[in-house]
Amino acid sequence: MKEEALDLKTAKAQSFRQIDLRKKTRLGEGTIQALLFLTGILSIFTTIAIVYELGKEAMLFFADPDVTLVKFFTMTRWQPGIGEYGIVALVSATLTTSAIAISIALPLGLASAIYLSEYASPKARSVLKPILEILAGIPTVVYGYFALLFVTPILKSIFGDGIQVYNMLSAGLVMGIMILPLIASMSEDALSAVPRALREGAYAMGATKLETSMQVVVPAALSGIGAAVIVGISRAVGETMIVAVAAGAGPNFSFNPLDAAETMTGHIARISGGDLSYNTIDYTSLFAIALMLFLVTLVLNLISQWVVNRFRERYE
Amino acid sequence: MENNNYAIETNDLSIHYGKFTAVKNVSMKVERKKITAIIGPSGCGKSTLLRAFNRMNDFVPSCHVTGELMLQGQNLYSRDVDPVEVRRKIGMVFQKPNPFPKSIYENIAWGARINGFKGKMDELVEQSLRAAALWDEVKDKLQQSAYALSGGQQQRLCIARTIAIQPEIILMDEPASALDPISTLRIEELMQELKQNYTIIIVTHNMQQAARASDYTAMMMIDDQRAGGVIEFDVTKTIFTRPKDKRTEDYVTGRFG
Repeated sequence: MKEEALDLKTAKAQSFRQIDLRKKTRLGEGTIQALLFLTGILSIFTTIAIVYELGKEAMLFFADPDVTLVKFFTMTRWQPGIGEYGIVALVSATLTTSAIAISIALPLGLASAIYLSEYASPKARSVLKPILEILAGIPTVVYGYFALLFVTPILKSIFGDGIQVYNMLSAGLVMGIMILPLIASMSEDALSAVPRALREGAYAMGATKLETSMQVVVPAALSGIGAAVIVGISRAVGETMIVAVAAGAGPNFSFNPLDAAETMTGHIARISGGDLSYNTIDYTSLFAIALMLFLVTLVLNLISQWVVNRFRERYE
Repeated sequence: MENNNYAIETNDLSIHYGKFTAVKNVSMKVERKKITAIIGPSGCGKSTLLRAFNRMNDFVPSCHVTGELMLQGQNLYSRDVDPVEVRRKIGMVFQKPNPFPKSIYENIAWGARINGFKGKMDELVEQSLRAAALWDEVKDKLQQSAYALSGGQQQRLCIARTIAIQPEIILMDEPASALDPISTLRIEELMQELKQNYTIIIVTHNMQQAARASDYTAMMMIDDQRAGGVIEFDVTKTIFTRPKDKRTEDYVTGRFG
């Protein structure tokens, strides 16, 4: 017994001698950390590179003595080849189609999200959500022809001659359908993340399902829904194929959805597709448009972020 | 005449999840304007039973209830009863304070508004906060978020918003288990004031709390099929001093559970 105790003591003493508090190099940790840092840097670097390239070429455009910022923002026609530099002729179409798209996608997307998160049975949700996500995977060129060949004829039968064959309404509507699943899916995630306890609190007050969803769950999920809307707007502003196919092929300063008009993206796609010689005003103008596109997206994001922060209800 | 003394009664109430029976054959009469505690070891179905009283179990898809739950001569589980109306009459305070992510004022006004309250909202808010012993602490910051309050204050806010819709019965599911001892004491004091006007049914893990705060105590225990049931229901003093059932005695004296 005594011997054993002694043994334990020496064993303990030995094990203490082995403790080493000096810093060790852990190769795995270091490698992972470096890799993660690199992937993070890569996306930042890409963004910077894009902005640099856009800025550089756009500078060549603005360096042209004929081009002034005043002309750029106040002229209403865009035809750089003949000295017309009014970017608003393209911005108007982008804003109009995006506004139509969002006014379709936001209410419908939010409604589907509320249905999926608050009303649907688990079984219905497990079938419907994947279907919704398939919608998001359809190539946009298909949506473009869907707009031109299916939606436009329907609109034609409603508005008659008032609507042009290529028009912003059709493109905007279909763009709305395209971003609907995105908004629905992201909003559904945000709604599902609202704690059960909040819903129970509302139901225990004698709230109906609708009151609970609209007045407690949606406000609590607003920051996530806002993020969905921001992504949706960015998709709409940046969308190219649908508007290129269905909205029209020529800059037109108009906010009338029944008119044909060309968006910034549609214009870039059409012009850059033709044979364009390097260092002409037409060529550099494309970069000015792209820079403007960047700016419009940025401003819309900032606005939506402000709206979200203003109205969201924070729960812990 | 006898009917008037009871706020709510259960007759052979059983609660099932699919094929599994979680709570079996509970028959108890809950007296009006008294505090009735439900005690018992973890997993014996206390909360399940409590949630059956205001049909909160409706949200669990596999759950169904058999037997009767009688409120003023109506079976709350009969087909023509609207669960939304049931919950207006039977309010609930939860284990973890769950104020809405709105202002203190709006937390109280919201429930009243959706229930069609037409009177002066400011007065109702003040009355409810006073009744929940919270007015003095929050009267200067009614427009602040409810999440700025401490846990104990949040729980009293939840009690205040329940009072604001003037239910008959208030259910409390371990309302103080997430709170510190001082906040706990305040909630218990509040319960004593509230029983002047309301019937309170409280689930608690805390035996001292049941002994201190309640008038009646229901002791729950699971049987060999893991179904919970009320094994003894009596005046609190009797349960804690002269229980009839050996299992109750073991439990309340701390020899078990």
